[in-house]
Amino acid sequence: MPDLQQQTSSGTIVKKDFPKESFRHRVIRDFKVNKMIYLMLLPVVVYYLIFHYGPMYGLQIAFKDYAPTKGFWGSSWVGLTHFQDFFNSFFFWRLLKNTLLLSLYSMLFFFPAGIILALLLNELTSNRFKRLVQTITYMPHFVSLVVIVGIMFDFLSVNGLINNLLSSVFGIEPIPFMREAGWFRSLYIGSDIWQNIGWSSIIFLAAISNIDTSLYEAARMDGAGRWKQNLYITLPGIMPTIVILLILFIGKFMTVGVEKILLMYNPITYETADVIQTFVYRKGILEANFSYSAAVGLFNAIISLTLLVIANGIARRTGESKLW
Amino acid sequence: MKKSASERLFDYGNIIFMMLLSVGTLYPLIYVLIASFSDPGFISQYRGLLLYPQGITLDAYKLVFMNPNITNAYGNTLFYVFVGTTFNIIMTSLGAYALSRRGVMWTSAIMFFIVFTMFFDGGLIPMYILVGNLGLLDTRWALIIPGAVSAFNLIIMRTAFQAVPYSLEESARIDGANDWTIMFRIVLPLSLPVMAVMVLFYGVSHWNSWFPAMIYLQDRTLLPLQLVLREILITNNTDSMLTAISSGDKAPIGETVKYATIIVSTVPILLLYPFLQKYFVKGVMIGAIKE
Repeated sequence: MPDLQQQTSSGTIVKKDFPKESFRHRVIRDFKVNKMIYLMLLPVVVYYLIFHYGPMYGLQIAFKDYAPTKGFWGSSWVGLTHFQDFFNSFFFWRLLKNTLLLSLYSMLFFFPAGIILALLLNELTSNRFKRLVQTITYMPHFVSLVVIVGIMFDFLSVNGLINNLLSSVFGIEPIPFMREAGWFRSLYIGSDIWQNIGWSSIIFLAAISNIDTSLYEAARMDGAGRWKQNLYITLPGIMPTIVILLILFIGKFMTVGVEKILLMYNPITYETADVIQTFVYRKGILEANFSYSAAVGLFNAIISLTLLVIANGIARRTGESKLW
Repeated sequence: MKKSASERLFDYGNIIFMMLLSVGTLYPLIYVLIASFSDPGFISQYRGLLLYPQGITLDAYKLVFMNPNITNAYGNTLFYVFVGTTFNIIMTSLGAYALSRRGVMWTSAIMFFIVFTMFFDGGLIPMYILVGNLGLLDTRWALIIPGAVSAFNLIIMRTAFQAVPYSLEESARIDGANDWTIMFRIVLPLSLPVMAVMVLFYGVSHWNSWFPAMIYLQDRTLLPLQLVLREILITNNTDSMLTAISSGDKAPIGETVKYATIIVSTVPILLLYPFLQKYFVKGVMIGAIKE
């Protein structure tokens, strides 16, 4: 009975103790009242349907032998063949190991770097100096990966800046950094820290500034020094933020910087640099092996989602903040 | 409050660390800047840190601006940045406005429908096939339409729109305003800082993007700057770097042309960003917490 309910001009429904309206009526009335809202949403929903849910629908080719000439429907089903091929392939363990190790090292070295920088910035007494350091350290975040990796190739080449300094100061023989598999992970993570340490500190700084200052006053009354204040107030204060970001970080474990790796790696460094996503790129785009690479991609996405759910579950159980 | 000796020692150590960090962050960029203005012959011989330009010359920049590969790509990038960002902003603000309204039945369902794509997607290959099936391969639209909305940015914008006081909207409605008027006259003008951050985020991502162009575009006249940069800096394709000079002179000036290209392609972004810096904290914070 729609007419028993009152509406405000904005379309909000003021519920009174009237008989419950049927679902169908509510849908129809909501649609009438909010026509314009739904009209605005239409392009966005259509976009998501086509460009995000469309590819999910397209994932069926992972279970088919897709041939572009036959289309999605004409291609025949092959079940889990492509997955089995991938699990049995020579590359499987290497790709999995490289993907997980690179992410794990990022988590161990890159992730804490932003937190430490935020804590140290917070200890600076001069606000002007603090802002200056922030401006400078945020800057590389906006420089393109192509330029960053390009500079790395230039500086790290055999007769580049780094090798020149190493040989003139320490007398070390030139090292072909970008062409040695053993250096790949350190260079990847080191340059990531250089580029993004400032940017990743922003959010922790914001979390620190939200901590109730009376806590610090109370701690000082009790004779806590700055180290103890950090340990017992600041860190616990930003822990919810740290946990959320860590969950998100783990959710991105399997998609670790493909674009950067594609720019940095070469066949000589595949041994440590080749990850699942770069393999998908080579198999799928370069070799047009669509079904196989889509299967590998799907495997990757499933692991990714599983990791996210597990991380969130752990965070829930330990009573820290959670994503959902 | 008096500080103990160890605390003062920490303060000095902290300041020194911050200075080293700042110098370490800036120096690679400064080196590139200095080298781009220096004499190519000198740079190719020189071993060590540069502190000021050696034999100032603009030759490298002349070569960059005379190179049709680079100037054409620069134009393309400007197109992708302006058209792409405009499209992004229109789409994202429509979605963010609609999803920030109260009392609309399906907003939370649609929000879930959108946020879910942040954690699971079809991946590279189905996307590539889709773009091909839609006939977008090798067109400019392949770099603009598939990335129309970023869920992350949509969340940031929606949160900002939700913060606009409801009473303003209510009184506008009493005066007969509809949603378009409320969006353009009230909500957007009150959210300008966030809109500025959005323009920066989308704009920078178009400016720096190279991967979609690499997979979707064959036609060299459509390539964006970053892809040409990649040829020059990483795949070391000197042909796309030095079209205007004879092969004998290429070696020494090649290095400084690289540096000049980096400067020309990076400076516009770096000049823009300090003006928007104060809005970042808000933008980044909202996005990460409200997911």
